[in-house]
Amino acid sequence: MKQMPQFPEDPEAERKRIIKQRNLMLGGLLGAMVVLFYFISIARIGG
Amino acid sequence: MTAASPSAPALPTDWRDFFALTKPRVMTLVIFTGLCGLLAAPVPVNPVLGFTAILCIAVGAGGSAALNMWWEADLDAQMKRTASRPLPAGRMSRESARDFGLVLSFFSVLMMAVGVGYLAAAILAFSIFYYAVIYTMWLKPRTPQNIVIGGGAGAFPPMIGWIAATGDVTLMPVLLFAIIFFWTPPHFWALALFVEIDYAKAGIPMMPVVAGRHSTRRQILIYAVLLLPITMLPFWIAGAGVVYGASALILSTIFLLLALRVAVFRQGVGEADMGPEKRLFRFSVFYLFALFAALVADRWIMG
Repeated sequence: MKQMPQFPEDPEAERKRIIKQRNLMLGGLLGAMVVLFYFISIARIGG
Repeated sequence: MTAASPSAPALPTDWRDFFALTKPRVMTLVIFTGLCGLLAAPVPVNPVLGFTAILCIAVGAGGSAALNMWWEADLDAQMKRTASRPLPAGRMSRESARDFGLVLSFFSVLMMAVGVGYLAAAILAFSIFYYAVIYTMWLKPRTPQNIVIGGGAGAFPPMIGWIAATGDVTLMPVLLFAIIFFWTPPHFWALALFVEIDYAKAGIPMMPVVAGRHSTRRQILIYAVLLLPITMLPFWIAGAGVVYGASALILSTIFLLLALRVAVFRQGVGEADMGPEKRLFRFSVFYLFALFAALVADRWIMG
């Protein structure tokens, strides 16, 4: 697992980078969930 | 868990640290055994629902692992093997880890219930409760049999996979549960024999620390002896065919021989020479993968 730098040179930029990455990851996961639930619905309707 | 808590991290927690909370390496085995349970079941499974079932098993395992790390942050800080985890390293607050674990656990059970079935969801919920509460919070710090009890938690995935496919509890998923249950003690005690000092320092009553190496070696052998007939049971009850039967016999015999080497011919050896223990540990990982792969191959080849 990657170790986070203890004292980044620009803490504010580092904070923004981490939050942006987290938001992208969460958005991607939510999108994937929507697609999965769509396919689950199709599969269950199909019997 | 003690009252002492690492200070709040200066930066927001990286998503990789959240991912690390789910114990991805353990999850690999969980996904594999869950998938094997699903594929070995004697019914065709809709690929979407099968994928959903495995996803739920993996997410549930990740949630319970996060709850485990939340509870054991102080213990993890005392062991070299676990000191760099997100919580003891101070890269995450305890509340974040707890909430993350609860959300994953709740979501996995909900999705299993809605997408796959209520029986599989109920067993998944119980397996999370078993690992996070019965094992981690209650019995692990209290008894040297903690590994035997913890084995139950790891044994649920193939059972859930099978039940997700069939919607029914029969003897076969119970046997899959039993195989991992009896495999776990020799697997972990072999590891505990060569990382004993770490566990002693953290005050975890691991078998070699409490009962000594002699007793641990003897118990490794007992479980290895029991494992052989248990792995043969699916073949004997005609739940699996000759491909599985032959594989189980060969693999379990090798496992037994390695355990015998650890148990019988190892009295009075020094700490430096832990070759047989390491070999048993390494083989035990391969053993489980190979045994479950043989079960699936048997179902697909023999029909």
